[in-house]
Amino acid sequence: MTASAPSTPSTTRTRHALLASVFVIASCGLVYELVAAALASYLLGDSITQFSTVIGAYLFAMGLGSWLSRFVGGNLVRRFVEIELAVGVVGGFTAAALFLAFAAQAGPFRALLYLAVLAVGVLVGLEIPLVMRILKREVAFKDLVSQVLAVDYLGALAVSLLFPLLLAPWLGLMRTGLLFGLFNVGVAIFALSLFRAQLVSVRGLRATAAVCFALLGGGLALAGQVSDMAESWIYADKIIYAQNSPYQRIVVTRWRDDVRLFLNQNLQFSSKDEYRYHEALIHPGLAALPQARRVLVLGGGDGLAVREILRYPQITSVTLVDLDPAMTQIFSTAPLLRQLNDNALNDKRVTVVNDDAARWLEEHADVFDFIVADFPDPSNFSLGKLYSTGFYRLLQRHLAPGGRLAVQATSPFYARRSFWTIVATLRAAGLQTSPYHALVPSFGEWGYVLAGVEPAVPPAVYPPGLRFLTIEGTPDLFRFPADMEYLPMEPNRLNEQSLVRIFEQEWHGVAGNH
Amino acid sequence: MRRRDFLKDMTAATCGLSLPGLSGCAPDTKSLPPGSLDSGNARLGHRLRHDEFPPPVEVIRAPVLIAGAGIAGLSAAWRLKREGFDDFALIELEDTPGGNSRYGENAISRYPLAAHYLPLPNPEARAVRALLADLGALQSDPDAPEPVYDERYLCHAPQERLYRLGVWQEGLIPHLGVARAELDEQARFFARMESLRALRDKRGRRVFALPLAYGGEAPEWVAGLDTLTMYDWMRQEGFNAPSLHWYVNYVCRDDYGTDYRHISAWAGVHYFACRIGRGGEGANDSVLTAPEGNGWLVERLLAFIGKAHAPRCGEMVHALAQTPRGCRVDVWNEARQVSLRYEAEHLVWAAPLFVLAHVAHELPSELSAAIAPLSYAPWLIANLSLSETPPPGAGLPLCWDNVLQDSPSLGYVTATHQNIRVAGGPTVLTYYNALSGIEPFQARHMLLSKPHRLWAEEILRDLAHAHRDIRELTTRLDIQCHGHAMSRPLPGFNDPARRRRLADGWGRVRLAHADLSGLSLFEESNYWGVRAAENILTAQGARLKERLA
Repeated sequence: MTASAPSTPSTTRTRHALLASVFVIASCGLVYELVAAALASYLLGDSITQFSTVIGAYLFAMGLGSWLSRFVGGNLVRRFVEIELAVGVVGGFTAAALFLAFAAQAGPFRALLYLAVLAVGVLVGLEIPLVMRILKREVAFKDLVSQVLAVDYLGALAVSLLFPLLLAPWLGLMRTGLLFGLFNVGVAIFALSLFRAQLVSVRGLRATAAVCFALLGGGLALAGQVSDMAESWIYADKIIYAQNSPYQRIVVTRWRDDVRLFLNQNLQFSSKDEYRYHEALIHPGLAALPQARRVLVLGGGDGLAVREILRYPQITSVTLVDLDPAMTQIFSTAPLLRQLNDNALNDKRVTVVNDDAARWLEEHADVFDFIVADFPDPSNFSLGKLYSTGFYRLLQRHLAPGGRLAVQATSPFYARRSFWTIVATLRAAGLQTSPYHALVPSFGEWGYVLAGVEPAVPPAVYPPGLRFLTIEGTPDLFRFPADMEYLPMEPNRLNEQSLVRIFEQEWHGVAGNH
Repeated sequence: MRRRDFLKDMTAATCGLSLPGLSGCAPDTKSLPPGSLDSGNARLGHRLRHDEFPPPVEVIRAPVLIAGAGIAGLSAAWRLKREGFDDFALIELEDTPGGNSRYGENAISRYPLAAHYLPLPNPEARAVRALLADLGALQSDPDAPEPVYDERYLCHAPQERLYRLGVWQEGLIPHLGVARAELDEQARFFARMESLRALRDKRGRRVFALPLAYGGEAPEWVAGLDTLTMYDWMRQEGFNAPSLHWYVNYVCRDDYGTDYRHISAWAGVHYFACRIGRGGEGANDSVLTAPEGNGWLVERLLAFIGKAHAPRCGEMVHALAQTPRGCRVDVWNEARQVSLRYEAEHLVWAAPLFVLAHVAHELPSELSAAIAPLSYAPWLIANLSLSETPPPGAGLPLCWDNVLQDSPSLGYVTATHQNIRVAGGPTVLTYYNALSGIEPFQARHMLLSKPHRLWAEEILRDLAHAHRDIRELTTRLDIQCHGHAMSRPLPGFNDPARRRRLADGWGRVRLAHADLSGLSLFEESNYWGVRAAENILTAQGARLKERLA
């Protein structure tokens, strides 16, 4: 009966307006929660934990806010406007602030994250009880609850659909947060005009609202620059080159004389110690093959392995097959990078091919005396195939008699089972193996495997100019201390791809893999 | 009233705000990809129903004629050739050989036009193992408990994923977000199937063997499974978990093209209980596959048989009679538009059995009666050429077999899955739909009348649930229709007396087709083809080195 009681047009309009505000408020509230959870999973990984804890903390904070609302008194409309402005600014800037804090490593990130989630949650929790108290004067309780809650959930539904489909992919987290911050401030400004009759001395509030609006708008306009700035902080050093190729994001940084290459944020080399990695990859195998003439390098578009190979005057041809033209392009043109690889990619003995390694091997019949498989670690099923019995059998068909294969085989320290799985895989493919390791400070202990139809012999002499390897020290590389020692593993077969799962378990929690 | 007004306002506002791509508000504007709708020589086949064919213009003598170059016919030819017997000819209604193992090819990849894998054969499937050894895919002793297979044909990991609740889970049995009680019931079901797999008769023969012909004597309660449907049996046994029901129905639709509410419980149980084939060197219970599905088997079979025996395609039997010296087989040659007559001492009928009744007018009535109960499931298979590998979505990345739980289809397989590639690149997805939701005759009518554009719309809409950019990625969508793809194992199909009658054939006409078993499986086609060939060889006085069937 109260529900159908006639109401004056003006109160009906007020109520609709307030319910519309509830819709916006509910949307904003859920956006902040999703933004925080998504940002946490983006930065910290393990999305299930991040979503679950962020949402839990947020719901708790909302409950706290609702409870605290009982202590809010005075002019309710005024309080409502103030809270809206606070939610807008705090919620709107949360993503940007957290991202900057993470990049700048300012303070314990998790503590900041949950503090922000609690703050926004409490403020959002205050909103709905206040709206209900404002509306209570005009609407019967059961209608009030049903209408407000219905619209509240409707707003949540709208955002839960919009967020994954449009907001996160198109706007990004930072801009989404700021945009919905503006909506909150918008609600405050709207309320100011709607209830002007019930408010006295609104000038201060109006000014505050304008400042909030300007802040959020400015943030929105500058969001792109802010995220670039934060990214540059993550890399710590000056970015001298950055490009998105169809396959990966290539970033080269420089700090004084240290040049670093990152692919998808994973460090590939530091010019401080890359010579250790590449000398160890090439020379223990190639120096023992004085008859070698033709060499194939798979992966290694930075040309650093090729640089080492070109130290041998008897080598007549080096074929480099790397998937990404952008990589081989910058490492054969950019002066600083050409300096690093001694202009190896422009050497007339070198042929650069941009193709998928296996496709190239399937489509060509060439054989080589020395083949280098320098692929990214087996972190997914596509890459895992490049460490399989099937792939090694394919490689074997391209080995000349007496030829040798050198395989980068991830870290025998951090990923011991992965390393020995790669060794077992080469053996299952019918090859004799000689596993070895070297310390590369940027990566830690790194592993390699020499493989061939005949067993490998140790080199008698290294080419001049090496900085890391010595003939006397080489036998040590082939000895494994107890914590990296041989483990009996099953080979990585294409129909099981056990390596990908093992590798994922082993590197889980170890940051910065090669 | 007021609340409704408000909601209406809000809906309008939401739509006003929405951008293209949010379903419900704006129609899809991107035009449909081009493609073909191919029913093979269905039109020619249907002429058998009423047309008169002209008298033959030419007589060809062939000691052995094999009608049908699917797996049964090719297996018969392989078996003859293997014994050094060369005097045979193969004819085929369709334009390409292979039957349900045909394949297609475009600039991106080869792709299946029907069956896309072969599970590692059971030890009792000796003929299949011998065949795989002859074709180079089985590389050790074929009679070994776990032979070594060429790993290029073993399905690469990750094999299967299921899209449900917005996430791709690993494997096809629903488990993510499934209640404990349901998981327990799944475990109980599979334990039950495991015990049936081990079930043997007094002579030590497995009851659920594959090929069926090697099955032991079934206890009465097992034989009774053929009197009710799989659905009824599950209810009767107290298997009620919805996730389990979905999965069992899925496999019935996938293997038999028929809903589990219609499938004989014996056939349903056989699916789970028959397979014990394993491979060595880590192959385990994998399956053999290739970009072209089972097409590689056809290609290698044809190479084994030799160019001289290449099937004569586009030739359809339209009249068949026995003579005192053999068989008189009149065929219609579509290319030359003439009838030809084969005079053969032996005929291997390696085509679907229902066709036999249309062409052999003197067929004994009990043989006709044994064929009459066969009912056929129609299939639709669409090959979608994609400009780029689709984004993986949440959960397990792209697999070989990808199934959508809430879909009338059986999902899709990725043709490029067996390639060793790092960059995704273009690919072909083969989408399967057994049209098991409606009666077969209605579905067949639909296959003949529904235009490409409507199928394409339906298929893209279905896949869009899991791949919202599928329409943008698809550059071609080619549809293959199989009106009578496979016989349906309905209750009563597993009648030993009926099967014996079919196996006896009709004098010098030997029947060789999976229809004899009622289960459209590679092992069955192969068994009946090999058996027919061996019977002909012994009838001709040959002493076989070994009998494979």
